[in-house]
Amino acid sequence: MSDKKWMPRWFYQLASPRWCYQICGKLLPGFTIAALVLLIGGTVWALLFAPADYQQGNSFRIIYLHVPSAILAQSCYMLMAIAGAIGLIWKMKVADMVAKSCAPVGASLAVLALLTGAIWGKPTWGSWWVWDARLTSMLILFFLYLGVMALNSAIESESTAAQASAVLALVGLVNIPIIKYSVEWWNTLHQPATFKLTEKPAMPAEMWLPLLVMVVGFYLFFAVTLMMRLRNEILRRERRAGWVKEILLSNSAV
Amino acid sequence: MSFNSISEFLTMGGHGLYVWLSYGLGLVVILANLIAPLQAGKRLRAQLTRRLLRESNGS
Repeated sequence: MSDKKWMPRWFYQLASPRWCYQICGKLLPGFTIAALVLLIGGTVWALLFAPADYQQGNSFRIIYLHVPSAILAQSCYMLMAIAGAIGLIWKMKVADMVAKSCAPVGASLAVLALLTGAIWGKPTWGSWWVWDARLTSMLILFFLYLGVMALNSAIESESTAAQASAVLALVGLVNIPIIKYSVEWWNTLHQPATFKLTEKPAMPAEMWLPLLVMVVGFYLFFAVTLMMRLRNEILRRERRAGWVKEILLSNSAV
Repeated sequence: MSFNSISEFLTMGGHGLYVWLSYGLGLVVILANLIAPLQAGKRLRAQLTRRLLRESNGS
């Protein structure tokens, strides 16, 4: 038991399904309101007030959905792989549940990024789809999510399913830097990254400020849907625990 | 405001189809990600509660 001291207390609290269920329940209302305010405000800003691009015209406004969904699809994948790794190493059940809850959200965000990209590509490049490095690696990201979901639903034992999908998620992690650098390594139609940590964005503030609002809004929305799914998953897996029975019976009595 | 009239806003300078299709898809994906876990949670709670009540009545 000597290894119990060097981890901070919150790490063990995070490992408790009950504590996670409760903290998510407390955070959800605030996160939901903040996500809705930013997404609605950001959309109005993006559609009505952001200037049109001088080359692309108003089709440029698709960026305000395309970039946030693409960023989130990748962030979600990294969270899924990290949570899967924590579950593999420390046998932490909550981490397995987080990884499992990430997959459908990430898949839907990857679809949104691919579809908005295709719709944007038509007026801009003249084609819905090209077998370009960025687009192809993004499509692979979507298939990786589908693979994780398939493994989770195909394997009967919860812990084996979690292990198998964590290994797939970790192997697929190699795709993330490929997506990121695909626009630099290969000749591509796709434009380079909009936001870089080290440089100012190439577009004017009236264009990238609403984009920043949408990206933050998408992160909050992702947190909301993930916490909702995680709470369901905790209830389902911990259904035999006393505290879950208490919650269920106190709700049914009302 | 980047538009002078509602019809200008709706047609998006000829790109209306692309812009509105994208934002429609965005709305669908966001709503689906909120409604699906809500519904699943309701179903799960009802199912678990039913099972729990059956077990406590049976014993």
